[in-house]
Amino acid sequence: MSPDSLDIQHSPIFGRMTWDAVPMLHDPIVMATFVGTMIAGIGMFAVITKYRLWGYLWKEWFTSIDHKKIGIMYMVLGLVMLLRGFADALMMRLQQAMAFGDNLGYLPPHHYDQIFTAHGVIMIFFVAMPLVTGLMNYLVPLQIGARDVAFPFLNNFSFWMTASGAGLVMLSLFFGEFAATGWLAYPPLSGAAFSPWVGVDYYIWALQIAGVGTLLSGVNLLVTIIKMRAPGMGLMRMPVFTWTALCTNVLIVVSFPVLTAVLAFLTLDRYAGTNFFTSDLGGNAMMYVNLIWIWGHPEVYILILPLFGVFSEIVSTYSGKRLFGYSSMVYATVCITVLSYLVWLHHFFTMGSGASVNSFFGITTMIISIPTGAKIFNWLFTMYRGRIRFEVPMLWTMGFMVTFVVGGMTGVLLAVPPADFVLHNSLFLVAHFHNVIIGGVVFGLFAAMTHWFPKAFGFRLDDFWGKVSFWFWLAGYWFAFTPLYVLGLMGVTRRMSHFDDPSLQIWFQIAAFGAVLVAIGIAAFLFCIYISFRRREQLRDVTGDPWNGRTLEWSTSSPPPDYNFAFTPVVHDNDAWWDMKQRGFQRVQSGFLPVHMPKNTPAGVVLAALSTALGFAMIWHVWWLASASLVAIVVYAIYHSFDYDRDYHIPAERIAATEHARSERLEASHV
Amino acid sequence: MSESIAIRLQERSPALPSSVFLDIEGRHHPENGTLLGFWLYLLSDLMIFACLFAVYGVLGRNYAAGPSGADLFDLKLIAVNTAILLVSSITYGFAMIAMQKRNKKGLIGWLVATGILGLGFLAIELYEFQHLIHLGAGPQRSAFLSSFFALVGTHGLHVLFGVVWLAVLCVQVHRHGLTRANVRRVACLSMFWHFLDVVWIGVFSFVYLMGTLP
Repeated sequence: MSPDSLDIQHSPIFGRMTWDAVPMLHDPIVMATFVGTMIAGIGMFAVITKYRLWGYLWKEWFTSIDHKKIGIMYMVLGLVMLLRGFADALMMRLQQAMAFGDNLGYLPPHHYDQIFTAHGVIMIFFVAMPLVTGLMNYLVPLQIGARDVAFPFLNNFSFWMTASGAGLVMLSLFFGEFAATGWLAYPPLSGAAFSPWVGVDYYIWALQIAGVGTLLSGVNLLVTIIKMRAPGMGLMRMPVFTWTALCTNVLIVVSFPVLTAVLAFLTLDRYAGTNFFTSDLGGNAMMYVNLIWIWGHPEVYILILPLFGVFSEIVSTYSGKRLFGYSSMVYATVCITVLSYLVWLHHFFTMGSGASVNSFFGITTMIISIPTGAKIFNWLFTMYRGRIRFEVPMLWTMGFMVTFVVGGMTGVLLAVPPADFVLHNSLFLVAHFHNVIIGGVVFGLFAAMTHWFPKAFGFRLDDFWGKVSFWFWLAGYWFAFTPLYVLGLMGVTRRMSHFDDPSLQIWFQIAAFGAVLVAIGIAAFLFCIYISFRRREQLRDVTGDPWNGRTLEWSTSSPPPDYNFAFTPVVHDNDAWWDMKQRGFQRVQSGFLPVHMPKNTPAGVVLAALSTALGFAMIWHVWWLASASLVAIVVYAIYHSFDYDRDYHIPAERIAATEHARSERLEASHV
Repeated sequence: MSESIAIRLQERSPALPSSVFLDIEGRHHPENGTLLGFWLYLLSDLMIFACLFAVYGVLGRNYAAGPSGADLFDLKLIAVNTAILLVSSITYGFAMIAMQKRNKKGLIGWLVATGILGLGFLAIELYEFQHLIHLGAGPQRSAFLSSFFALVGTHGLHVLFGVVWLAVLCVQVHRHGLTRANVRRVACLSMFWHFLDVVWIGVFSFVYLMGTLP
């Protein structure tokens, strides 16, 4: 549906909604997707109803304030959205592999533009962010010996706000359109004059609602790390993953408000007719580009830093050695945190800021490679003379080290302003950021999921299918993006749905082949989860410490009880659990005390649902619904604030029973 | 897998008392983090205001052949409004003193006084906005006015939010007394209220005083 052909009407009851807004009435691709989604959705609904799981899901998961369950829900959300984001990627690869000369491919340009926008938005905001946040949610309290996060209700609320944003993006596929502007929606293209219909509004409201969740979860984890560490765990005894989580959440708290503000200005321009970024009456579109990258550059470090933490934990665990250069790792992380704020302008050297400004930002960008390089050497030195076990998480880590270093080098190349003038907006850039995000963030997430899966579910993932997934991902990545480096150097620009020069076609075909390999890698990972679930008794982890781990999360059972630790651990060294094992720690099996825990609450689900209604109403200009949901949000929030009864004690007998059951399992398996 | 390594080590080394590694007496209680969390929230809110100020800094002189600050701002009225907001910070200070003396009535009285001053501030601000729009100097007129309305309006929305919060808190203190949770809430709102004052001083100086300069 092209907005130009659409005569935008407005009715007081339905706002801008009309039957024409349903694109599947015109588009067979969307129609098929819709039918597929509906069948899958109805099937899932039926299964849940058949096994009477609704009550269980509501009580044990949706309203849960347990950081472990919320962490797992984040991971599920991220994986589901990965399938959507990757479907977009496959469609683009297919279009570009065929649309040469007279062949226009199968996607009209306006549809293609929405797909590359949705791909970027989904992969960053609704795949990488939920997966990273989920990982931090699950691990940080366990690593610091705490029983939950500082604000358990806010944690549940944050998750549902993220899910709400994801829901709005999914809705845009079947109702209306998504932005066709690129993932950062630069004005004036994203302004009311050039994007008059609902696509950019879906973009804005999905990000604003999810952004509330991200910000609150950042505050939450920061306070958790600062205030709730086990006795004896000074800052320089924190596990490296917790350190990187700390730095990432600092970045979240100081950068996401900038995104909120800049999107609010764009909203005012689109809804209220203001002139922040318009081309007339004094507006300045480049201010948008500056502001959004002041958020956007820290954002890429928000994504990668926790994975640096993951690789640190994995390298030292599977090398059987303490991490080489713990304090240099911490300082490097902090340096990157600070520097990530001083480089944003390298995303638009060609704007015309002048040689001096470009030089400053080029140099700061190159400086970031120094602490990052230090990290790579720390990992290598940790492996050096270690007793390396080539388990699947270690494979992902080594795949990362090779791939990421190449991505880092092309990054330094792009940091040179004169080179950037040539490579700006080309496929070279696309190859570069996929190189670091897939090679760094995605490989790290798969490493982390494989490594901590037994902690979360009590059984390991199957080795063989894990390896299949790794090798297909690694090969697929290189097949898919090396051609884009080549094409970028030849000057091919990004975001094209059609090409004239037939000599380029072979490169796009190779890239499409790579995307198919990655698809097999994803399928193998999903199959790996399935087959491991089927074989869970053989893969069972009774000890709670399947990899001979080093940090506190491995000191409790797999999966951990809802109170995490029957007794709060006392820390004497970094790698606290390793230290305990070395010094002959014995489990205590009596003398349990009641544990103080927060209560579940439906408030997060309700508030997020109302926010979804608010976002939907704003997107479609349904003013009565928008006002009603806004009032409902305020009233419900006030109502919730009158609930003072938010916690309870787990009685000592229940803890004794849980711990006793664990002792029996340990005994039964002779360990 | 290596599940038995830990156990073998345990067999070898002499056992230390468990209290070395575990808080078996339940002495450790993590501190309440609400106040720190609220400081961090204020930091994030300050980042939003930083963007608003930056945007005003860039666009504040883009009049698009329309009226400028010197043409529009009534400094006397704004000075009165500034005084009202500053006094409301003092009355909130008295509310905190009353709370420390466990004086519930005094606390509610001072909170109500603060809320009335807040409403007075909002009334004058709305009058000013209405007056500007009436003059044809609404937020659509120029980038200067867009950024002006966004900055001052966002501050005003915060004050409105603060007033609603005040009202709710008065009811809660009245109903449940000075419980630990309520004391914490009053302290958080105190930080919020003073924060709005600090931001307003920035608005008054950068937008109004400097805006009337030629």
